Amino acid sequence: MQTMQVAFFPWPANPKPTKSTMFAFIVRRIAQALIVMLVISVIGFAIKKAVGDPVRDLVGISVSVEERTKIADKLGLNDPMPIQWLRFVKNAAHGDVGQSFFFKKPAMEVIIKKAPATLELVFVSSILIILISIPVGIYAAVRPTTLLSRFLMGSSVVGVSIPVFLTAIMLIYLFAVQLGWLPSYGRGETVRLWGFWDTGLLTRDGLRHLILPSFSLSSVMLPLFIRLVRAEMKEVLEAEYIKFARAKGLAPWRVLLVHGFKNTLLPVITVGGVQLGTMIAFTVLTETVFQWQGMGFIFLEAVERADSSLLVAYLVFVGAIFVFVNTLVDIIYGMVNPMVRVTGRK
Amino acid sequence: MGRLKLFRESFFVYSFLRDPVAIGSFIMLLFFLIAGFSAPLTAPTNPYDTAQIDVMNSEMPPVWIPGGSPDFPLGTDAQGRDMLSTILYGTRVSVLIGLGAVALQAFLGISLGLISGYTGGRVDSILMRVADVQLSFSTYMVAIFLGAIFQTALGVGYYEDVAVPFLIIVIGLAEWPQYARTVRASVLAEKKKEYVEAARVIGLPAWRIMWRHILPNTMTPVLVISTVQVANAIMSEAALSFIGLGMPVTKPSLGSLIKSGFEYIFSGSWWITLFPGLVLIGLILAINLLGDWMRDFLNPKLYKN
Amino acid sequence: MKIQPEHQGEDKLLEVQDLTVKFALRKGILPAVNNVSFTLNRGERLGLVGESGAGKSVTGFALLNLISKPGFIDSGKVLFGGRDISALKDDEMRKIRGDRISMIFQDPMMTLNPVLTIGTQMVETIQAHRNISRAEAERICLDKLRKVYIPSPEKRLTQYPHEFSGGMRQRIVIAIALLLEPSLIIADEPTTALDVTIQAEIMDLLLELCEVHNMGLILITHDLAVVSQVTQKIAVMYAGRIIEMGLTQEIVTNPLHPYTQGLIKALPQAGPRGARLNQIPGIMPSLYNMPSGCAFNPRCTKKLPLCCEEMPTLSSRESGSLVACHCV
Repeated sequence: MQTMQVAFFPWPANPKPTKSTMFAFIVRRIAQALIVMLVISVIGFAIKKAVGDPVRDLVGISVSVEERTKIADKLGLNDPMPIQWLRFVKNAAHGDVGQSFFFKKPAMEVIIKKAPATLELVFVSSILIILISIPVGIYAAVRPTTLLSRFLMGSSVVGVSIPVFLTAIMLIYLFAVQLGWLPSYGRGETVRLWGFWDTGLLTRDGLRHLILPSFSLSSVMLPLFIRLVRAEMKEVLEAEYIKFARAKGLAPWRVLLVHGFKNTLLPVITVGGVQLGTMIAFTVLTETVFQWQGMGFIFLEAVERADSSLLVAYLVFVGAIFVFVNTLVDIIYGMVNPMVRVTGRK
Repeated sequence: MGRLKLFRESFFVYSFLRDPVAIGSFIMLLFFLIAGFSAPLTAPTNPYDTAQIDVMNSEMPPVWIPGGSPDFPLGTDAQGRDMLSTILYGTRVSVLIGLGAVALQAFLGISLGLISGYTGGRVDSILMRVADVQLSFSTYMVAIFLGAIFQTALGVGYYEDVAVPFLIIVIGLAEWPQYARTVRASVLAEKKKEYVEAARVIGLPAWRIMWRHILPNTMTPVLVISTVQVANAIMSEAALSFIGLGMPVTKPSLGSLIKSGFEYIFSGSWWITLFPGLVLIGLILAINLLGDWMRDFLNPKLYKN
Repeated sequence: MKIQPEHQGEDKLLEVQDLTVKFALRKGILPAVNNVSFTLNRGERLGLVGESGAGKSVTGFALLNLISKPGFIDSGKVLFGGRDISALKDDEMRKIRGDRISMIFQDPMMTLNPVLTIGTQMVETIQAHRNISRAEAERICLDKLRKVYIPSPEKRLTQYPHEFSGGMRQRIVIAIALLLEPSLIIADEPTTALDVTIQAEIMDLLLELCEVHNMGLILITHDLAVVSQVTQKIAVMYAGRIIEMGLTQEIVTNPLHPYTQGLIKALPQAGPRGARLNQIPGIMPSLYNMPSGCAFNPRCTKKLPLCCEEMPTLSSRESGSLVACHCV
């Protein structure tokens, strides 16, 4: 169901792996990442041309036609397409994808200002997922027949069927409306770090505001990861090297954690990387429910207002995050699994 | 008549009847489907007909709570529409879009997967790279992007009329890689088998080999993922509607209903969100459970062939 | 029924008495190993021979109490140095595994954990049983790697299993088995997964190590040819029971049980060049379809009516071997 990313350029299998194989592997992955970014830039450029109106972004609507054509020429809007695209890429590489007509500021700046909110949410949710799914998955694999195990697996089937916004709404209704324990919208008090990063992690109020949204967001992935950890652990436990480890007289915890778990990590890391995409998609939904002032929230407002520069900024920025994380995950996977470096494929 | 008898006595029906979860979900699904598709006949009111709506009826609770009325058994929403009717119509829309989107992605995915797997070479590499990258962005993200782009380009007013086909296209385009990869894997396995060699030797053209010989053998995995994909499509549509990129509030699907009801849970009118929410969960859960059962059923036997 | 083959009076290293291992399956609780008994003296080498499914591997695992569910030891004793280890609790048994009794498996690629270095896998074995520093443990590892003739052992500790050839990997596995200088090694099909040319090397190595260190060896295999060159005693298993047991020389030159005779005849070396290989017709019955009486009777050429009714028991013959057969 979940796909594994395969290296783009199938190098021939190298029978004598050396340190340089790791390097070649990294280079390969980075090249692949650059190609994807280029494709994103094409899409972003297409959107800008099709939807955006840079002249309007700059000077508003109440300007004469002659003025507009003059400005259009000055901006180079009547140059041939490939040239415009190159200019776009050059500008984008410097962080300039146009001006948001609503905020009257560079679109990228608006997005980046909202990024910490989303990134913190994703970060906290990821930690929650790791902290919950690994012990639960291991437990369900090692003791599959207990009532608790069965209950956990059963609820994960149900969990997969509940869309994230419904989970969020239910959590809000229970904890905010009925019980009144936790706040139901906004980020709460934030502290500015390093001059630009507004964090909610350092204040009690900020942390309280993080609880419901991060639980909602993690609830999407939890069933998947629990099942994955459990399935992998089960398979690993059947392996010969586990039997051998026991035959050597190693303590059970060592067999489980050192021998078993490390092997479970590999598929979990890969799936984790791919799932990042889904997580970011779901932040759009979660931020809507919690009025969380992050990138997703801004993105939806941009859609409503047809603010194309902001749209493109979101696309490019989020695209870059995806590509970066996926590449990073692939490289980490290559380091954890020594066999991948040799053949380049999993 | 003979076929029906064969079916009834088949292993499929036998193992189905022995699994209470499968039966339960099937009944639930059937119930939703019938309820949804018979909406024009069975719904007490027509929520699309603005003449029938009286804003004086807004926010009435379900019939079993004081303040409710038997005219509106599940209460009314903020505009005075009957919840039961809106939910029935909404289910219909959600299921329609789900099925339509899956049909599109299946068509796209299977065709591309066949071509990719059979032709191999550069075509295969390129198609699969595109699929990989698209998948790495996650299909939800792709759907949201596509939805946002199209909506911005087309403008909101024009939007209402084309919402349903629009959603089908968006979700269809977002999810084709799943089908393509599955079919391609099957094709690669089948390609090595002798009957393909034989067909080539006879001189059959490629498309014929693909269509009549290879395709039928790839149907099993396609079937297996199809149920999951329908559930996924319904979820995607609900998500898109919830953020405003899906069905408009005037012709709501379950997702848009939940969206419009959300703000009212703070003022106490919880039923506007809860009932559509329950129906949505029930629908997806039923499909998922059936899908699980079917996967277990198909797996050991037919994969061994 | 306790029957021991005759032997000089040396220390009994291992004594298995009426070991029965059962599996709880859907169709019932069935014995995979049925009343198996044998003895092994210090430094002695025993071959446990039989087809796939005869119960040899299960016997091997049972000695270390490593049978995983749904299997369990139903009855019988395993006396190691006079002490019944089959009744030990797991943490006591762990002290013996890898330390006094080591086991090596069939496929070294599967036996070694692919994501851990050789060094880790060796050092952890030592540190699980002795309280010594890592440096000291590594010294021992290098020593044992040399004993199995692995070149440049210092470099090996940081390498991963996939960086070695099959033969080297099995040597490493043997080195791991030797780390704590056990008195008994159980080898479950140690050469089956290796190239033919490497098989002989590994067997020679095992033989040499056992002789030099006076270690006992239980060699579990289906390969009679290998067993005849390496072991001093053979126990032939069929359908969970030992049907013939005795000195290797004796069994190979003068097999008494029809099954053993069939096995010897089936060896390629046994017949003239170019002649058809001799087979034993039929297959060994599965746990679910045990015939009544002697389990071998459907395939036996010397069948008597008694064979279908009564299960024969092991009894000694003049040659000194033990056979379970009505017709001999």
